[in-house]
Amino acid sequence: MSTSDKPARVTTRRSGLSRARGLGSAKAGSAHWWAQRASSIALLPLSLYFVASVILLLGADHARVAAYMAMPWNSALFLALIAAMFYHLALGVQVIVEDYVPNETKRLATILVLKGVILFLALASAIAVLKLAFS
Amino acid sequence: MKDVREALMIGRNSEGDLVRRPVSPFMLGSAYRFQMSSATSILHRISGSALGVGSLLLTLWLVSAAMGDAAMGDAAFSVVQAFLASWIGLLVLFGFTAALFYHFCNGIRHLAWDVGRGFDLPAMQRSGRLVFVATVILTVAFWAIAFMVW
Repeated sequence: MSTSDKPARVTTRRSGLSRARGLGSAKAGSAHWWAQRASSIALLPLSLYFVASVILLLGADHARVAAYMAMPWNSALFLALIAAMFYHLALGVQVIVEDYVPNETKRLATILVLKGVILFLALASAIAVLKLAFS
Repeated sequence: MKDVREALMIGRNSEGDLVRRPVSPFMLGSAYRFQMSSATSILHRISGSALGVGSLLLTLWLVSAAMGDAAMGDAAFSVVQAFLASWIGLLVLFGFTAALFYHFCNGIRHLAWDVGRGFDLPAMQRSGRLVFVATVILTVAFWAIAFMVW
């Protein structure tokens, strides 16, 4: 655009209610997008480690699994995997619900319930790893 | 007219007659031929959802392992291990690994796009085919190693 052009008239197509709610702008959206990428990058090596662990522990009895998890590198890597995986999952689930649930109340409720379930699974998994690591 | 929104779907054709406006069909189905972009995209979401359900299995496996100690024994863990080794458990694990390798490979493709690489259509087609090939190779390799180690 050359400088001689008349300045473009800026009009907003968003309703006052939409603006008041803060919807439609890149408020939390860019942080969400970045967090999803950062967690996915962390998951590249961690998921390969997970696949290797699964192969190492195929058909293992309880004692071998407990001994594996008691090794500090393994417990730390499993905790990192659990944190990155469930965080990435929560972010992804939120996007899917936002895409397919148009009703605002249902959408909010669904996201809260699913994120609660995911947080609980993450806690249960982390506590299980810690218990195996310290017993 | 059942819904006020349908008022927006009325238009006039070139003869000036009132018609229902055509709507674009859903991305999947007979209306469109196969597209690498839409197929890999929806599979990324499906595999991600499958992995989300699969995370339940990981939690179950870890918690059942942690439940076993000197007092309780490892009964819970044995049940979970036996289920995973059954044919239905193996089928679930096979789906889990296929979803994981697909999501892994296509995720790398997404990260490449995020830094602005591989955006042109021929590159997108190539990387899409590469993702499918890599998923098959990694899944087959995993199970080949798995049955050798087992």
